Amino acid sequence: MTERDRAAPGDGLAPASTALPGGAGPLETLAGPPRSQWLNVWDRFRRHKGAMTGAAIFALVVLAVFAGPLLWPPDATLIDIRARNTRALTACFSEGEPWGWEGPAAAMSRFFAHIGAVAQCFANPETASARISWAHPLGTDQLGRDILARMLMGGRISVSVGIAAMLLALGLGSAIGVVAGFFRRLDGPLMRLTDLFLALPLLPLLLVMMLLFREPLSGAFGPERGIFILIVCAIGVTSWMPTARIVRADVLALKEREFMLAARSIGTSDSRMITRHILPNVLSPIMVSATLGIATAIITESALSFLGLGFPPDFPTWGRLLFDATDYLQQYPERVIWPGLAISLTVLSVNYLGDGLRDALDPRGGGR
Amino acid sequence: MLTFTIRRLVLAVPTLLFISLVIFLLLELAPGDPMAQVPLTVPPEVKERMREALGLGQPMHIRFWKWLVQFFWIEPQVLADHIFGTSFSAGDLRVISWQTRSPVMDTVIERLPQTLWVVGTAYLAGILIALPIGIYSAYRQYSWFDQIGTFVSMVGFSVPPFFSGVLVIVIFSVNLGWFPSIYDTTLKVTDWDSFLRQLQQMVLPVSVLALQVTAQISRFMRASMLDNLNQDYVRTARAKGLGEYCVVMVHVLRNSMIPVVTVIALGVPAIFGGAIITEQVFKVNGIGHLLIGAIQANDLPMVQTLTFIFAVLIVLFNLIADIAYGLLDPRIRYD
Repeated sequence: MTERDRAAPGDGLAPASTALPGGAGPLETLAGPPRSQWLNVWDRFRRHKGAMTGAAIFALVVLAVFAGPLLWPPDATLIDIRARNTRALTACFSEGEPWGWEGPAAAMSRFFAHIGAVAQCFANPETASARISWAHPLGTDQLGRDILARMLMGGRISVSVGIAAMLLALGLGSAIGVVAGFFRRLDGPLMRLTDLFLALPLLPLLLVMMLLFREPLSGAFGPERGIFILIVCAIGVTSWMPTARIVRADVLALKEREFMLAARSIGTSDSRMITRHILPNVLSPIMVSATLGIATAIITESALSFLGLGFPPDFPTWGRLLFDATDYLQQYPERVIWPGLAISLTVLSVNYLGDGLRDALDPRGGGR
Repeated sequence: MLTFTIRRLVLAVPTLLFISLVIFLLLELAPGDPMAQVPLTVPPEVKERMREALGLGQPMHIRFWKWLVQFFWIEPQVLADHIFGTSFSAGDLRVISWQTRSPVMDTVIERLPQTLWVVGTAYLAGILIALPIGIYSAYRQYSWFDQIGTFVSMVGFSVPPFFSGVLVIVIFSVNLGWFPSIYDTTLKVTDWDSFLRQLQQMVLPVSVLALQVTAQISRFMRASMLDNLNQDYVRTARAKGLGEYCVVMVHVLRNSMIPVVTVIALGVPAIFGGAIITEQVFKVNGIGHLLIGAIQANDLPMVQTLTFIFAVLIVLFNLIADIAYGLLDPRIRYD
């Protein structure tokens, strides 16, 4: 805790009390304007190195995939059969003679020859032994579609699915949690329902849902939007339970506090109690489960796509790209690496972000 | 303790019923027709008879009841017959797969050993690696070992098995050629040589699954140890002159293991779920692979049975976790 934090501890103090008319003035000189709870949270968050890195990387990923078409204009679905199976630029590193050990001097000259070959390849990829081109930095697939463009488009879908499914799960979870915590009569049934949902085998059920509802929904909303709705709903409906439990526990604790009694005693209605007093106070657990929810949703969507039950092939997501690339694992291993790295990096950054957020929102945690 | 166990057991029954109802309704309400594959030249009345032969003629609640009877009454009888050589189940109708036209459970029993081998080894290996890591990370909190351990477990959390699996295939079987990328289920272990080959093909799938287990359990172990290390009884133990090893490995470890044991029990169904993907990556011929195949072939009885088996696993291990917690920690027994 810093000096300033002690001077204005969180949300409790009303700033007006420092300027009593005729009083002796503030007991302690405040170093700045009164600080809100969220400023404190931001301060704690900023000191968490992992969380800041995670937030930066996640912001970068989101920015890249949504602004991607502006930065990298080629069309993700354009088939250029003459440029098919172009290697990624990283293939340049394997240019030049193979390595071997024949004494230090020979190794040195070989090393420089290798560097030269690599540099030559980067400067002028057309001369390389493999098919490499600056027009396709990450290469092309078996139909000559640009992989960088497909990665950006796939990321847009994956991240949108993650965010939409998280919002749905969050809405369901907080609604059920708040209602269960607030209305004593509904607590038992709703919590039993949560327990039952937690006992469902989620991945098999998701697979079954994808199998059964894919056709009718694609028929009703078109292939892309239908699958999008299906995946978002399926993930949302099967992942609200942890949020509901955490929110309920917090609401139960809040209900015992004096300000709730005070609000009740001046005749506040139930709906107003929930929106004005409960929801703002359970915001922190909701935010933490939001970040973790994005991570789970992205992984689940990719897993479904990887099992061949997600988006259709001409509508790439990271999971689908990974799935398609496994057929060419031996010849073009880099095609598997890009989408896999993208998924892992995004999920890792979101997990770190959630970790830092949890520490920052918990005032007892202290600095790290 | 007995009442506690019985209460838990009784609670498990409605849960299982609810789950079976959900699975049944999901398949029931789904659009899609098992007769869709039948050629158009087959006349409608024959189609109707085929439909009845599949048991699709009756109303929903009767079919649900019949399915329950088949699953909870007839299949256990078959199992008993198989084990004891009796003939309880003679003449009873069993759950028949639409794909193979043979009883679903026979296929499942055929596939189960592969899954159990891979998953069981992975889980055991994961736990054995995770516990020491968790203990040492907590004991030396914020040391470089702890930092690296936390980072690695975060990575293990975040890298999905369908990427880590493919990655280890690229590295160890495509580039280095150390291990086969496909799990050969026809391999019979008869001598030292085939045993070595079996070991070799198990390395990759087991390590992919074990990475996830290790990530999860080492984090729990660390958090649990940290909770206990600052408690008063630890100071007391040190003050009365116990050795550091005794304090950490006996006093702290025993108390920290209570939540970890339940997490270990609760994690078993999850790893079976994770095995669905890993089996797909390494082509292990287990129940996860069977499930995916059945889904692709629209074989609803098989899908229903397998999903329900996963549900039974979850309920069973929840029960085990509850009872283990009750046994280890008398404070939470409520009786």
